[in-house]
Amino acid sequence: MLTRRTLLAMGLMSTMPVLASSSSQPRKLTVAAFPNVDAIIKAAIPKWQQLHPNIDIEVVSRQYADHHTAMTTALSTSVYLPDVMALESSYLGRFAQGGGLEDLLREPYRIDQYRSRCVTYAYEQAINRRGAVVAMPTDIGPGTMLYRTDLLAKAGLTASDLAGSWDAYVDVGVKIKAATGAYLVSNIRAIKDVVIRSGIGPGEGLYFDQESRVLVTAPRFQRAFKLSQKVRRNKLDAKVNAWSNEWAEAFKRGKLFTELSGAWMAGQLSTWVAPDTKGLWRAAQLPESTFVSFGGTFYAIPRQAATANKSLAWDFIQLLTLNTERQFAAFKSQDAFPALLATHDDPFLEEPLPFLGGQRARLLWRDAARQITATQVHKQDSFAEEVINNELDNVLDNDKDIGRALADAHRLLERRSHR
Amino acid sequence: MRLPATFRISPRWAPYILISPFLVLFGVFSVFPLLFSFYLAFHSWEPTGGLQAMEYVGVANFAFALQDEWFWKALGNTAWLALASGLPQHLVGIPLAVFIHLSFKRLRVRDSVAGIYFLPFITSTVAITILFSSLYSTDYGLINAVLHTLFGTENIDWLGKPVYVKPTIAFIVFWRYLGFNVVLYLAALQAIPKDLYEAAEMDGAGRWHQFWCITLPSLRPMIFFGVTLSVIGGLQLFEEPFILTDKGRGGPDQAGMTSAIYLYRMAFDFNDFGGASAMSWLLFIIVALMTWLTNRAFRPHKGSV
Repeated sequence: MLTRRTLLAMGLMSTMPVLASSSSQPRKLTVAAFPNVDAIIKAAIPKWQQLHPNIDIEVVSRQYADHHTAMTTALSTSVYLPDVMALESSYLGRFAQGGGLEDLLREPYRIDQYRSRCVTYAYEQAINRRGAVVAMPTDIGPGTMLYRTDLLAKAGLTASDLAGSWDAYVDVGVKIKAATGAYLVSNIRAIKDVVIRSGIGPGEGLYFDQESRVLVTAPRFQRAFKLSQKVRRNKLDAKVNAWSNEWAEAFKRGKLFTELSGAWMAGQLSTWVAPDTKGLWRAAQLPESTFVSFGGTFYAIPRQAATANKSLAWDFIQLLTLNTERQFAAFKSQDAFPALLATHDDPFLEEPLPFLGGQRARLLWRDAARQITATQVHKQDSFAEEVINNELDNVLDNDKDIGRALADAHRLLERRSHR
Repeated sequence: MRLPATFRISPRWAPYILISPFLVLFGVFSVFPLLFSFYLAFHSWEPTGGLQAMEYVGVANFAFALQDEWFWKALGNTAWLALASGLPQHLVGIPLAVFIHLSFKRLRVRDSVAGIYFLPFITSTVAITILFSSLYSTDYGLINAVLHTLFGTENIDWLGKPVYVKPTIAFIVFWRYLGFNVVLYLAALQAIPKDLYEAAEMDGAGRWHQFWCITLPSLRPMIFFGVTLSVIGGLQLFEEPFILTDKGRGGPDQAGMTSAIYLYRMAFDFNDFGGASAMSWLLFIIVALMTWLTNRAFRPHKGSV
């Protein structure tokens, strides 16, 4: 799925050499992160130095993808490991299965005592198959639907027409297209990605269940494909890739009626994608009250990191994740929706958002955050995602039969499920 | 100035020390990865678990690779691209070299013409590919604009439709390596003794006859060399499709995913280093086999030259 990080990865950040400290008295903690998590970490340094005046924090920042590749390399060779590493949720599953991260249930961390203080699904995402908790959540991306209220009015419709089933959503899209020429959605995959995430049974992951059985012929996939077909037949998708120039331009010109994404997308639209559309947008829950997560950030401690630094590293993670002031600072400066529940009852969440026409949308997102459930991750998820995208293209572009497309995907994934 | 005795290298060791930079670099960046990937090919490894997470699995990775649909699909793509970009390199390269050889008698002019054809070869692949990706752009690309003006065609989504992706990539590769082959053949043409042609002319052989009976057979060793390079290069094709396709994924329906891209993706996108290593060794076997076959086909026969 698309995440804010993809966008943030575009920013070039300088990289600094990592020096693993081996002395028993650490003078410095190394924290590896990517934009804009690095900014959040840097902002916490003054507070940290009040608590630990003798211990410096060195932030090693790399671009989004580079960071995760560097962390993979560091973990695989146990060389140049940072004391704390930030991990994005789409990578977390992969890192969690490997056993290279410290189990935070153990002494001196005892993360279970903080479990009730975090957003439930975010905490559960960090639990691996062996039951270890390998990371602490810091921010989350509750899914939301942003829509253009002016286009809705132009077509003579109201918000209540939009709330409801996926079919109602598509029907509104047809009317909007007819009345205003705007597309329902930027890319059809956005719809497919949400629909395949709704109705995941207990013990199931997105594409595989706990026993690595392939799930892609399940009704949620059939439905996602059928719905995508309906959207395409009505020409409701703009066929632009997220974060591309065409995509941003379509937002600026009011050519896109909705965007299905994380709550943070409102911040992206207001700051650079389409600031001039201020006041024209509203937020709603995703169709059929589907609750899905779009990204999120975690902090982890590598098992092979310098032992002497580990408890200090945990102190620093606690400052970033359990300190309400730090969590708020990140929320305000970087739109990082806090994973810390203590922040969720603050009046700040009730503040109206000017970009959304004064809507108190944070409350909506808070509700969504509480309803999202964690899904099992599987080692082959990224392969499965590509296979499904591929078959969706086959269905939409070459009129391949949906049943056959999913059966083909099933066959391909089955061969790989136990690797 | 004389160095203190401690810094002086004894003549006995000097050759080894002087040659060591290459050997050390070769060892670190070539021999070690080679051996390591061979070792990895027999293991299952979750890299984030550290080196101790390796698990011996016998030939399971090879068995998986041979039964993997995408492995064969990638091989098929590679073969298609190698043929479609490789054949024209020689079919156009040889006549072009002969034309340049015969038309430009002044050496300086001939060299400049060959140099112009050679230019793409020494330009960075990345720069070329980025340039081509803007030429191929659906709405703003020069290629579509020209096609539209000349034939009134609709804009073609060169990189977004599976059917167009392969020819698009093949053309870039052909364009890039054509000049290299032209230079090879020009060099070979200059080595053909002139008296052969004079003798042929006396016997009444025309231009065409001379080309078939003298030029082409004399070029045979160079054809062998050039085709071998094309086969090896074609089977290892990576940069052009990698940069041209979205996020290096090999394009829609993986139409531009070559074997080299696929095994890279197996390791770094799909986190299967064991499988990727096994595939890279299978690819090595295929390259070796193809080279041997090329050798069989074009090897200079005794007494033919």
